[in-house]
Amino acid sequence: MPHLAVNDVCAKYGSLEVLHGIGFEVDRGEVVSLVGPSGSGKSTVLRALVGLTPVTSGHVEVDGKKIDYGSSQAVKAARDRMAIVFQQYNLFQNMNVMRNVTLAPIKIKGRPKAQVEAKAIELLDLVGLSEKRDAYPDQLSGGQQQRVAIARALALEPEILLLDEVTSALDPELVNEVLDTIRRLAREGMTMILVSHEMSFVREVSSKVIFMDDGKVVESGPPAEIFDTPKSERARDFFGKILRH
Amino acid sequence: MERIWEQLPRFFTAGNMGLLADAALHTLSMTFVGCLAGFVFAFVLVFLRQTPGMWAAPLRMVCILYVEVFRRIPFLVVIYLVLFFIQAVTTDASLFTIAVVAICIYAIAYTAEIVRGGIESVPLTQVEAARAMNFSRLQTLVMVVLPQAMPVIIPPAIAFAVSFIKDTALVSQIGVFELTFRGKELNNKGFSGILVFGTIAMSYFIISFPLSMLGQYLEKRLATPRGERRLRKIWIP
Ligand SMILES: Nc1ncnc2c1ncn2[C@@H]1O[C@H](COP(=O)(O)OP(=O)(O)O)[C@@H](O)[C@H]1O
Ligand SMILES: [Mg+2]
Repeated sequence: MPHLAVNDVCAKYGSLEVLHGIGFEVDRGEVVSLVGPSGSGKSTVLRALVGLTPVTSGHVEVDGKKIDYGSSQAVKAARDRMAIVFQQYNLFQNMNVMRNVTLAPIKIKGRPKAQVEAKAIELLDLVGLSEKRDAYPDQLSGGQQQRVAIARALALEPEILLLDEVTSALDPELVNEVLDTIRRLAREGMTMILVSHEMSFVREVSSKVIFMDDGKVVESGPPAEIFDTPKSERARDFFGKILRH
Repeated sequence: MERIWEQLPRFFTAGNMGLLADAALHTLSMTFVGCLAGFVFAFVLVFLRQTPGMWAAPLRMVCILYVEVFRRIPFLVVIYLVLFFIQAVTTDASLFTIAVVAICIYAIAYTAEIVRGGIESVPLTQVEAARAMNFSRLQTLVMVVLPQAMPVIIPPAIAFAVSFIKDTALVSQIGVFELTFRGKELNNKGFSGILVFGTIAMSYFIISFPLSMLGQYLEKRLATPRGERRLRKIWIP
């Protein structure tokens, strides 16, 4: 049984449907990447999984158990198991690094403060920012903010980590520090769904790549297959364009 | 002019000044209570107005209607409306209470728009990040949105309070013993209008000037990126 199964999911912004029946599976400890042209709905897939964009039909199963995104209890449960990291980091601007990382585990999950703080220091260490724990987001570079955002997501102890173009807002010299963090998580067996335009990185860390276009999955498979011998015209087109330059 | 000189010693007596000080206190406390209630209930109103879901549509309508209606009625009319409404229900309410109720109703409508502007200035992405971590709507508002909205809300809220001090003069129309009312009273006793209302004008200035200085000071301090952090320390311990 897959850890996460997405079946024929449709999602809407208001009256505009942007996902027209998405399906894929993620096994425990696996890194699955979503790639495709801008506007194809990759972010929306991740947003739908954490209930930020309403799922209008289809269903999602975690460990074989169906999540009903119509019920707020089920959305809560889904958010308990999955954590999302955004392209623009979205750190809380009014809190320092430590509080950004510890707030939800303490206030929302009700874990003991001392334990959460010890864990937060560990995580900040992992992303190489333990000396920045008192800094505010606007005192950090984009790369540092993004690493804090990853630590914040990990502090929630999610089963699945959703990463939405976490390097695309960063200056080129800052990209690697974030990719290193993700590599490390992949090695440690973290289940992740990754949206990225860093194709060589996607090839390196993912066990499966899903090529999306216009709110649908066009094809999916192991990275070598998708990148080197894409079956669809659209995938060939897309990879031709981005791999050429 | 000679009349004014001649009246000076009779006007600036302890009795008269005590009367004016008491009246100034009335003006000040009405404004204070009104703006404080306005501030607090404005948040409630804005929170209710943002309740999602079909079932909450009437609630949202009521909130919007309240703000739109009371911002479009002259304050004096609100005062009379409240006066007659309350007097239709009970004869015990003091004029001061009636004035305070009218002031609150009016201040809430205005402050709600200021609060809403401040809340909407916080990027939606901040809210989404919190919601995705299972913060409730209220927790998101209190822990994430308000601390960032406060620097945007406070300067115009103080500006509103400053100008509202002047507007409270209108409650003299229903006979509340605030500054303007006392002025009319002293004028009727035969004191020169220039003398009386000059003094009243000074009193309004003395009340509102420090407040507007405070407003300017806060605006400057909060304008810096770290301003809201300082503020956070003040507002949310
Ligand atoms: N908040 C929104 N409101 C309305 N439409 C949106 C919103 N966000 C994204 N969209 C639309 O949904 C489609 C998919 O967007 P998105 O999931 O962000 O694509 P991707 O992440 O692949 O670039 C696009 O056509 C985009 O214009
Ligand atoms: Mg996107």
